[in-house]
Parts: sequence; C-alpha cells; structure tokens
Amino acid sequence: MSFEQPRINTSPKVSDEVRKTTCYMCACRCGINVHMKDGKVAYIEGNRDHPVNKGVLCAKGSAGIMQVNAPSRLRAPLKRVGPRGSGEFEEISWDEALDIATGWLAPLRKEDPSKLAFFTGRDQSQSFTSFWAQNFGTPNYAAHGGFCSVNMAAAGIYTMGGAFWEFGQPDWDHTKLFMIFGVAEDHDSNPIKMGIGKIKARGAKVIGVNPIRSGYNAVADDWVGITPGTDGLFILSLVHCLLKAGKIDLDYLARYTNAAYLVNRDSTSAEYGLFLRDADGKPQVIDRNTGKLAPFDRKGVRPDLSASYRQGGITHKPVMHMMASRYLAKEYAPEAVAEQCGVKPAKIRAIANELARVAFEEEIVLEREWTDFRGEKHSVMKGRPVSFHAMRGISAHSNGFQTCRALHMLQILLGSVEVPGGFRFKPPYPKPVTAHPTPHCKATPDAPLDGPHLGFVRGPQDLALREDGTPARIDKAFTWENPMSAHGLMHMVISNAHAGDPYKIDTLFMYMANMSWNSSMNTRGVIDMLTDKDENGEYVIPRIIYSDAYSSEMVAYADLILPDTTYLERYDCISLLDRPICEADAAADAIRWPVVEPDRDVRGFQTVLVQLANKLKLPGFTDEGGAAKYTDYADYITNHERKPGIGPLAGWRSGKTGLTHGRGAPNPSQLKSYIANGGFFIKHIPDEAAYMKPWNMAYQEWAVGMGIYDSPQPYVFDLYVETMRQFQLAAEGHGERQPPAHLRERIKQTLDPLPVWYPPFEDGSIDTGEYPVHALTQRPMAMYHSWGTQNAWLRQIHGQNPLYVPTKIWEKEGFAEGDWARVTSAHGEIVVPVAHMAALNENTVWTWNAIGKRKGAWALDEDAPEATRGFLLNHLIHELLPPKGDGLRWSNSDPITGQAAWFDLRVKIEKTAAPDQAKPEFSAIRSPVGKGPDELRWKVGE
Amino acid sequence: MTTLPEKTDRKLGLVIDLDTCVGCHACVVSCKGWNTENYGAPLSDQDPYGADPSGTFLNRVHSYEVQPEEGAAQLIHFPKSCLHCEDAPCVTVCPTGASYKRVEDGIVLVNESACIGCGLCAWACPYGAREMDAAEGVMKKCTLCVDRIYNVNLPEEDRVPACVRTCPAGARHFGDLGDPESDVSKLVEERGGMDLMPEQGTKPVNKYLPPRPKDELDQVDVLAPYLQPVAEEPKGFIGWLDRTLEKL
Repeated sequence: MSFEQPRINTSPKVSDEVRKTTCYMCACRCGINVHMKDGKVAYIEGNRDHPVNKGVLCAKGSAGIMQVNAPSRLRAPLKRVGPRGSGEFEEISWDEALDIATGWLAPLRKEDPSKLAFFTGRDQSQSFTSFWAQNFGTPNYAAHGGFCSVNMAAAGIYTMGGAFWEFGQPDWDHTKLFMIFGVAEDHDSNPIKMGIGKIKARGAKVIGVNPIRSGYNAVADDWVGITPGTDGLFILSLVHCLLKAGKIDLDYLARYTNAAYLVNRDSTSAEYGLFLRDADGKPQVIDRNTGKLAPFDRKGVRPDLSASYRQGGITHKPVMHMMASRYLAKEYAPEAVAEQCGVKPAKIRAIANELARVAFEEEIVLEREWTDFRGEKHSVMKGRPVSFHAMRGISAHSNGFQTCRALHMLQILLGSVEVPGGFRFKPPYPKPVTAHPTPHCKATPDAPLDGPHLGFVRGPQDLALREDGTPARIDKAFTWENPMSAHGLMHMVISNAHAGDPYKIDTLFMYMANMSWNSSMNTRGVIDMLTDKDENGEYVIPRIIYSDAYSSEMVAYADLILPDTTYLERYDCISLLDRPICEADAAADAIRWPVVEPDRDVRGFQTVLVQLANKLKLPGFTDEGGAAKYTDYADYITNHERKPGIGPLAGWRSGKTGLTHGRGAPNPSQLKSYIANGGFFIKHIPDEAAYMKPWNMAYQEWAVGMGIYDSPQPYVFDLYVETMRQFQLAAEGHGERQPPAHLRERIKQTLDPLPVWYPPFEDGSIDTGEYPVHALTQRPMAMYHSWGTQNAWLRQIHGQNPLYVPTKIWEKEGFAEGDWARVTSAHGEIVVPVAHMAALNENTVWTWNAIGKRKGAWALDEDAPEATRGFLLNHLIHELLPPKGDGLRWSNSDPITGQAAWFDLRVKIEKTAAPDQAKPEFSAIRSPVGKGPDELRWKVGE
Repeated sequence: MTTLPEKTDRKLGLVIDLDTCVGCHACVVSCKGWNTENYGAPLSDQDPYGADPSGTFLNRVHSYEVQPEEGAAQLIHFPKSCLHCEDAPCVTVCPTGASYKRVEDGIVLVNESACIGCGLCAWACPYGAREMDAAEGVMKKCTLCVDRIYNVNLPEEDRVPACVRTCPAGARHFGDLGDPESDVSKLVEERGGMDLMPEQGTKPVNKYLPPRPKDELDQVDVLAPYLQPVAEEPKGFIGWLDRTLEKL
C-alpha cells in the first residue's frame, strides 16, 4: 500500500506572549517563562537566564498550570459560622474581613501586644512579615524554620557565617568529590540536580549518606546507609581518621579559623573555656613569627596552632589542642562507632581516605591574586576540591545542631570552605554572627517591639526572658530550654498557647502553615487543642485568623480566613534582606508579579497585611498623622527603605546620576525594570573577590558597595563557639542569669563549644528494645508539602504513600505485597499499607511526606487515595517527650536551637489485617470550595 | 498494514543517562504540559480530583531496585517513552495508516485524524509506550516534540524536546543517532549506550546509558594509604603539629 506522509505544521505559534516571573511550587524560587494565550496560562517552562535554574524546571514547576486552575483555590474571605473544625463558613466582603481582624487586633495592641501570636509558615517574605510584627509590637513572631532546618542554618552561621542551600553551594565547576548528608530530594531542588548532573558529566564522584537510597542517593557513586541520628558520630569518626593521619589543612586552620585562639584551661576560673582577650576584647593568639601574644587579626600575624601560653597562673591552650585531645580519642575510632552508625569500619576509613586523597592530592589552583584582611597578598587561590551539602536528615534530630557543627568542622579541617572546588557562600553570606542582630522581646502597649524578633544570641544576656525569668515568647525561643533558637519554634506555639505555658494568648494569626495536619507533630492532639473549650465554653485559644490560597486542612480550624492568591497572581519580592536567590558568583534578587489577575475575590496576603497595618495605624506603615505610607505590597516593595538607600530590592534604584544597584533611593519604576529584565536582578562578583570571601578584602569592599554590609566584616571560622561555652559556664554556676536547676546538666552536656555527639533524646526516654525501628519521611521531588496533592498532574505521580520496609523487617514480619502494618510509637499508632524496599537501612522504615490528606480538604473527593490509603507519620510524633514524672513539659526538640526532632522517631511494626482505610481515620471536613471537575482537557489555545 | 520507510534521512532520538537520572519526573510533567497545549488533542485526565485519577502521559518514569549478589541494593530510575524504532511494529500493525514513521527524521507519529482508536499499535508495542486518550479516543505517543524541534517561533536553543530542555540533571540528550559524528552518537559510543530489549528486533533509535559501577569504595584497600598515622596519641599529634608548622 503506498503511503503519503501527512503534512504537519512543525512551527505552530507557541504563545501570544511570555511573562517571566518566579516559581513558588516549592521553596527554590526558580525563574519561569509563563507562556500566555488569550490571556490564559498555556505553558510554563524554566527561564534560561535565571541564576537559580538556568532554564530547567522540575515536575512541580511545570505543573504550576494545574495550580492556577486548582478547584481548591479559596474564593473569598470566610467567617466561621459552625463550630471550629466543621468547615462551616460564610463568605464575607474584604471590608468586613478587615474590620473583624482590626476589631480583634487593635485592643490587643493597646493593652498587651504579646497576646497576638503571628507565625508565618512557608513564608518567603519574612523581612516584611517580621517588620509588620515588630511594628505591631508582639514578641511572638517567627516563620517555619524551627520545624524545618534551623539546626542547619544556625550551626552554619555560628560556625562559619553561613550554611548550605540559600547560604552557599558547592563549587560545581571545580569540585571533584561531592558528599551529601541527609539530603532528601528538595532544598534545593533544581540546583542540586543540575550540579550532580554537571559533576557526573566530568566523572567526579558523589557519596550519599542517607538511610534511604532514593533520589540523589540513588545516583550517588557510593552510598552510606547510615542509622538515623548517628551522622554526627560518623562525621567525628572521619575527623578522627583525618586528624590521626595529619590530613588537615594547617595553613588554612591557622589563618582562617579560631583553631589558634588561646582558651583558658583552668577549671577553677570564672573564665574557664573562654578566649584570652586583650584590652580591646580581641581574642589572642601566639604569633609564630615572634613567639609572643598578639591579636588574631593584626597585620602580619602568623597564628600558632601549637603553642600554649601561661598568664597569671592560668594555662591557655589553642583550640587545636582541645580538638586533638577530643577527636583523637579511641571513642571516635571507626571500630568504636561502626555498630552504632550501621557503617563498617573499613567503609568509614575508605571514605576518610578518599576525602584525604582528593583534598590533598588533587589540590587545584586558580591564578587569581587577592589580599586578605591581615593585609597579606596572595598570588593564587588554592582549592581543596571536596564539597559537602546536607539538609534535614541530619538537622531534624535532637542532636542535629551538634551534628551540623561537626560537618562544618570536617569541611573546615579539610580547608575546603570558600576555596576553589569546595563549598562557597552566596551573598549576603558570608556574614558572621557579630553582623546579625540579637533577639528582641520587649513588648510595650501601643508601641513597636524594641527590635527585630529573631537573631543570634551571644550569651545568656541575650535570652528572651522576662524580668521574672519566665519566657518572653509563646514558643519559648531563646530560653534555657533552647537558647540559640534563631528561627523560633513554630511547632510549640499551639501546644504552649493551649497549655497557657508560659502565658495565654488571645489571637493566633497564621499564614501558609498547615498546623492541623502535616505541619504539626501530634496532629490529632493539635486538632483537639484548636477546638478545646474552657470552663466558660470559650475556645482555649480564643481567636484564630488564617491565610492560605487553598482549602487546606487548617482552614476549618480558623475563625476568619483571608484568602491569598496563587503565585502567578501576585507581587512578591525575593529580597537580599531575607532569603535571596544569590549564586556564589553573584548577588541576585527577584520578584513575582501578577502574570494573570485573580478571577476570585482574593488578595495577596502581604497586601492584606499592609491594609491591616494602615487600619491599625502601625508605625512603620503610617506617618505621624496616621496616613498610610503604602497602598499595597507592590508599593511597599518599591518604596520601603530599611535604612537610607537600602530597600527590599537591590536592582535599579535611583542614584544621583541615574539608575544604580545596591544602595540608592526608591525608584517608582523599579518593578517595571524587574519585569523587563525577566523578573530578577543579578550583579556578578568580580573574579578577584569570588573566593575566600570572609577574608578577601576585594569581596568585603564589593559587599559594602552593594549594601550587604555597612563596613567590611572580615572574620575567622569558629571551630570553637565561645557563645556555647558562655551557656555552659552559666550552668556551672557562673554569671547573673542562671538556668533553672532541671536544665543545668543538659546544658552542660549539650552546649559543648566543640562538636560532640550524643544519642537522640527519644532513645533516652523510651525503651529502644520495644521500639527498635527508626521511622523517617522524605519529601518527593515531584511534590511539595501538601500543595501537590491538589494538583491534577502531580497527584497522578504520588497519590498515595506506602510505608517502605527494609528486607530484614519485611521477611521477619512475613510481609507480602498488598499487606498492611500497624506501626506504633511511644505516642501513637497508625495502620498503613507497606511496600518492600531493599535499598534501605535495615532498621529503618520510611514514607513520603505530606501525601496523606484529610477527607474534604483540597477539593478532593472524600474517597481520594490520599485520604483512604495515604497517611501521615505525624500521628506518631509528639511535640513533647514522654512525661518524666517531674510535671514539666519537655519539648521534643534540639536543646540548643529548638529544632523539631522529627527524625528521632522510634517505632515497632507488625503485620495486621487490611483495614478499609488507613488509620487513624478522621471525619470529613466540609469543603468551603466544592469539588473539582470529573475530567480535564486543559487546552487554552486554538 | 502501514509500511515503514526503507530508510530515513536522519534518526532523531533521545539518549537517556541512567547514571544521572534522579527520578524527579520533571520530564514527565514538562511533556504533559507541552503536549496538552500542542500537537493534536490535549492529554486528558479522568477523575483528576477523585478516587482513581488517570490521565494520558507520553513519558513516565519507573523505578527498579537491583540487588547485587554482593553489596548494597541499588535503585535505578528509568524514564520511558516511545523509542522511535526503526522497525516499529506499531506502524506496521496500524490498519488505517494513522501510525507512521517520518522519512525525513524517523519520528514515529500518529495522524490523529486517521486514528480510529483501535489500540492495535499499543498492543504491538513491546515497550508499552503508547497511551489511548480516554477523552479523545485516539492514540497518543511521544512526538519527539516535532512541533518544537523545527519550530521557527522558538529560539534556536529551545528547539529540542520539552523533556530535554527541562531535565534538571542533564540526563536527557537529543540528536541524530544516524550520524556517527553527532554528540549523541559519541556519547553512546563513550558510555556503552544500550538498546532497550534488543531481542524484540524493533531496532529502537533511543538509547540508554547504563549506570556506572557503584559502591567501589567498599572495595578500597582497607590499609587506606592516605591515612598513615602521624601520631596515635594527642601528645604525639601536638609534636607533629609543631614540626609541620615549622615547615609551612
């Protein structure tokens, strides 16, 4: 049969217009090209020019089109008319909604601003929301960092002035060995995938440390299927091997770290463990040129890592001595840690050997001259091409802060931070603790807070305590329970507010935080707290205001709903004042703008905050006469100045002779410039300033010019964190501010100024024989929190989540495909479907995060698999440790930062008859938005 | 029966790197987005918010575990779409001529206006790479983005399949596998690229690059040559420190 090939049009029109904005399908903030046809979103792809994703886009990003049409989008402000949790609401106007909110908030501000708790979840506008809260005057503000990864962020900043992800990245162009710890498949998403692809293409190696071999760990050349919660011990064993072999970068340690700082070693001294300082407060070192004492940063000084110094009868030793005596101890030998870590001694040694080989045998040199802060000129930039990345897997444990510190110590010992081939900071980092604010908590009626809420304590003097020593904040951040809680403790807010511990609040105001479902530990308990009534029949938490774009589980538990827009319908700024999108080679920031207008009666949450601030006449938002400074968020983004010349966006500001970048006056057309430039601004760092940033004067001066610092801030890395020693000293009885008796021992043990490992707290408070199995969650690459399940395309990829069970347990329990298991922790029980997975630590089970849904939420059918077979591990995890019989509420958090210890969870697992659906079951909530269509054929163009 | 061309001018296809694919599904959704809006009928979704959502996808990622005799189990992510076979059984089985292989580039396409939705081609394809669209009643399959790769309305660098453009890990490559000098042919040569199920005799154009050997550090000499101790005890270490600092 002869065949005539059809003629087809191979050049169809792609779109009428491309609008470039910033993605919000997860937290990575990639640039996207939104192709428009007939005013509708036709196709979304990555923006090739954008610094974060350089054209690529993940599954979530490409599925954004199904978010803009999602039936779960809220449509109008809602006022609760049924009991909390019923989902019974009445649609109201924005005028009424703002009146209600103002009616609740204005009296609180007048009488006691701390009666408002304002917590903002997965907020990307924290410099704005915190400014609002500060002007309201409540000390009770934070975003979600405390239940996410504060350990990672705080350990990085306290150790080296920056951490992973938003703070820095591997030198993808030069690194030869990339090692990841506890990295699931997010944070950050596309850049890590791009980086792994890039280094694999040139044959560089990847080592993955994770109990679960999926995602990045699946493509890693070598896998360490470590026992959860033991990463710190494993890392300290690597440190032991490297120290013992002398495979550390002594020159780097002497010049760029506090390894040479002299420490008071007299245990009877009130300054035991503190640095020897001169009259100006400068830490002292022995100068190897002269053998004499000198401030560490004096011009020409060669800090000596070895020499001790005796003064006034007190011996002072360099930090390096203390590290040697601690980490050379046999307790860190591979043989000593192997069983606990679930890693063979030979493998630990092989990895240490590989780190040593690549760092010291494959040294790379860039021919770039630079000058350090001691005035010394260097002809080259020398690099040790080993790089690391880590995320929640090591962070979300009660020993997470110290584990993250241990990892930073490892990379610093190798001399691989801020050097070619190593880990590099992204502006505005590096930024030492001294350049960060301390926390502020002084609330005054009818006045702003005395300063920014969140910050970095330098010692007990900076704790957020009231005059009577009780916590000033509802989440007990910056207290003796967790002194260095730089991101607050969002996971404790509802629990503490319900318990009235440390005090009762009136209004809980939240944004993008699904607290009655996947964003809380102890979900059932939190639901009960939100609906609990006192003896007068009033809700224990009297008022709840919530803002979300979608019909999440939390909506049903609020009294007033302020519906947000989707990310394609709004202005936003991804600011250098906040969590920017910089690269190691460039400073960058970005915007979102309404590429489509909302077709519902919804408003961007930040605009609503501006409108509320205007009604409340908050200083900062209104002038002395009470007139509004900003009409909406776009107006704020353009015209707000945090200090003269510094605004939310760094690009296209007004200079004396025209447009300028960094410092400059507000430019009324700034947003137009951003839109014309593809939605972002980027300014490259000069070559001679691109590495060695904390010590490189060319970088320091460039950063001042950009408005990142007001003056150069060179510093050295803190292998030894003196602030932690200050807390230990207090626990030992020194100083005026003293911890309560029940916390002294814990502070002494855990706030060690050198990285240390201790077992996760849950292990110490339950019978590990009864609960022998570790249980984890990971976020899938194609889904982000709960948002993905309402997405018609993404839920076809991850519509349910089995519990993955390793071979040993699978066989022992006699599981077969299609079976169900009862999983029990010290706190609760779930019954869930299981699946076998061999590439898994033999004592660990896991599942995907936040797939399980409550019936009636997210505009899904009540028999959706997310609601019938999907499940949360959250039911097994309590926000408190099991009671110790002392009547105290011990938070299930890291004792240093308050990071929620999700991954300390221990369970037992047994086969059980298949139920109708996953347990526990929850009644359906009434959907405030109805349900979605039966079929989608989503073609918007011809 | 529809005949295949005796030869095609080019053999356009994909080279997929299984060593690098992290299983993120970016290619799956990018493909879904482009092909919903472009070539032929939209890729529909049935019961999209219900108990049994199912839609048409032209590219899916499967994951397989491999348990070597020695050592740790491995997980391989395996993206699968039409392989644009040289001897494509889906074409020869088509009763209407709707399925065909293009002479100029070897792309296997479905002419939707001639497709009667009989499903024979899906039955004939040994790879399960075709999907019947439940709303439209026609067979859908990977077009290799024939409406992108020549599209003069796109910048030249974007004239690649949507899945290739979007792949964050750079695990997907596009080019002419009929030209031994093309980048994709060289990559296949270098990395030992493989046919999928060659025993089926379909001569697939798409190639897969196999994962590199894993867990080689498990085989490293336990003597660890770079870990020769400089000292066993802290005191000895300080001595070494002093001696070494003197040489710096």
